[in-house]
Amino acid sequence: MDFSYTETQTMLRDTLARYLSDRYDHETRMKVSRSDAGWSAATWKAFADELGILGAPFTEAQGGLGGGALENMIVMEELGSRLVVEPYLSTVVIGGGVLRATGGAAADDLIGRIIGGEVVTAFAYAEPHGRYDWADLKTTAKKDGAGWVLNGHKAVVRDAPHATHLIVSARTGGGQRDRDGVSLFLVEKGARGVSTRDYPTVDGGRASEVYFENASLPADALLGAEGAALPVIERVIDEATVAICAEATGVMRQLHLQTMDYAKQRKQFGRAISDFQVLQHRMVDMFMEVEQSVSLTLMATLKLEESDAERMKAVSAAKSRVGKACRFVGQSAIQIHGGMGMTDELAVGHYFKRATMIENQFGSIDHHLARYERLSFDAAA
Amino acid sequence: MDLQFSPEDIAFRDEVRAFIADNYPAGLRGKGGREDLSKEDILSWHRILARKGWVAPAWPKEYGGTGWNAVQRYIFSEELARAETTPILPFGIAMVGPVIYTFGTPEQKAKFLPGILSGDDWWCQGYSEPGAGSDLASLRTRAERDGDHYIVNGQKTWTTLAQHADWGFFLVRTDPAAKPQEGISFLLIDMKSPGVTVRPIITLGGEHEVNEVWLENVRVPVENRIYEENKGWTCAKFLLAHERTGIAGVARSKRGVERLRDIAASEVDQGQPLIQNPFFKRKIAELEIDLTSLEYTELRSLASTAAGKGPGPESSLLKIKGSEIQQRITELALEAVGHYGAPYFRGFGGDNEHGIGPDYAQRAAPTYFNMRKTTIYGGSNEIQRNIIAKMVLGL
Repeated sequence: MDFSYTETQTMLRDTLARYLSDRYDHETRMKVSRSDAGWSAATWKAFADELGILGAPFTEAQGGLGGGALENMIVMEELGSRLVVEPYLSTVVIGGGVLRATGGAAADDLIGRIIGGEVVTAFAYAEPHGRYDWADLKTTAKKDGAGWVLNGHKAVVRDAPHATHLIVSARTGGGQRDRDGVSLFLVEKGARGVSTRDYPTVDGGRASEVYFENASLPADALLGAEGAALPVIERVIDEATVAICAEATGVMRQLHLQTMDYAKQRKQFGRAISDFQVLQHRMVDMFMEVEQSVSLTLMATLKLEESDAERMKAVSAAKSRVGKACRFVGQSAIQIHGGMGMTDELAVGHYFKRATMIENQFGSIDHHLARYERLSFDAAA
Repeated sequence: MDLQFSPEDIAFRDEVRAFIADNYPAGLRGKGGREDLSKEDILSWHRILARKGWVAPAWPKEYGGTGWNAVQRYIFSEELARAETTPILPFGIAMVGPVIYTFGTPEQKAKFLPGILSGDDWWCQGYSEPGAGSDLASLRTRAERDGDHYIVNGQKTWTTLAQHADWGFFLVRTDPAAKPQEGISFLLIDMKSPGVTVRPIITLGGEHEVNEVWLENVRVPVENRIYEENKGWTCAKFLLAHERTGIAGVARSKRGVERLRDIAASEVDQGQPLIQNPFFKRKIAELEIDLTSLEYTELRSLASTAAGKGPGPESSLLKIKGSEIQQRITELALEAVGHYGAPYFRGFGGDNEHGIGPDYAQRAAPTYFNMRKTTIYGGSNEIQRNIIAKMVLGL
């Protein structure tokens, strides 16, 4: 048993933490989030060139740092602690994850450009009706000569406004909710027949509704085997789920720290409100929620390479627990801040909003509890 | 014991229901629960009720009340909530009005009550200060006597809808040497007076609902003081008891649960309506049961008010449970809308006219954020528990 980080991993964390502390304070984050672009291309370039973190989970042969899921976890936790809006999750964790899983020379080339900061991807997996059922797809891709024709509507595609490429799930066969017949495609965002409606999200990010109207794609747009993408999607979304669990631990640590700071300096009835036992106990409960979340996130990260069933069980355990923690820690932070917590001006409200969005991203608490139950009870029966 | 309303009560309910159906502005239908209503949205229904003589049912008849009994008043507020009408703002009708007719001079009553009833005067409440929230009596805004005026200096905060206000009622310190509760006076301040500055506070959902109010050498005629100098805390305590009535928000929560059920019936989960999901269904069931228990707790409290025992400190229970239920409804609504909880509709760029995703999803997140205030305002739920511990349980 060993829970210690390697020297390289510690260095990765420290370097990124120092960069963010110097160059990504809350004021800067709000300015970037509210700018027309909604992200900072310069920061993204710095992530690529100065810090090299866009290569964190890729092999050295691919031009990366030779890390994996643990490196993603470290990066995401730090990004969470500063509410970073740049698309590491969409591009490195998810885009990189899909390309690594589907493989091939074209994939390696794209990974190289992701590491270099030139390619930004967004993952168009969800549909308006489908909730957290990744196979429930109305978007279709039909063979057309050597290529494909894509039709459909993808919902709330995070980071699509910043993306150069979309990774799109579509049905190439089977019925609307069948496990078979799901394929993945790489689509350049400017391609004909692809249109987007871009908007800000409540947690300070950007997203798009993406529409495909007879968008014709070349044959090599298909990623991996035709009709067999669902296991890839499940794996990559599990990796992404663990990554936002890590982000959540960064977010929640900040919620807890900022709340304790506030409670120590806020005076009512002649003393600091941190003196009141009822608030002390609530802050203790917040602390315990954060620590349990850190533990399960680490556990799930380390189990990403186990069998599908083990991996899914671990991820759902982590996400359901982290979802509950996000709600409790976020709501408690606002309550203890009182009116000040309700304002747009303090950072705490923005952390609360991100924590709230993480709760349902890639599946609600109930969704993950149900998946855990299925794997843990039904499979054994 | 009888759980039913009398035939007279039912007839009264039908009359109210018919009046609302015939008179509520069509353009405001479905907007009653929103946090982003305009001044005109809020005032138009107020004026309609004022013309009918129904805008201040709790006031004594001689001042413009309806003469209804407690059960009728309850039915009336239930019907308003059921129809999701725009709310009648409490600051004039429920707060300062009763203070004025209870403690005011005949001149003050004649000057202020008509504008409160008609809606011509918009009122705001100057209580909280940056350093005086839960501990309201520690307020520091000063009023110093200068002939027949007070000179007022200080800062108030969380002043709801002060951006529209013509008048404000303020708690100010007139005797800095006295014990905290004993040196406070209750002043009515014309918000257009020189030295009054209202600055917006933008809240989590992006709304401009609350403000800071700065008072710099504001001259207030002594005749605008209600009740005796240094006895303002008496008015404040009286007003707090009034603020409690209806604080449980049962009827509006019932509408909220209905809306939640509609959302859950429209949303799809694993090929089925979400409302068939046993986990989600169970949560709605628990919510409904808790709401029913709150409703009957409120009815018991209403019965004791009708019997002349007046709302006591047990109304803190209604505030705590009522606010928790309001928050749970918004939590479940946000959960129900899935991916479409994320888009943000206010602010910069883009097309804010046509929402992203289903209509019912569009305010799910901002409403969830906004409703966090309910366990903070009006005496935080921690303070309410202290009140129950001390005043009800004698601990």
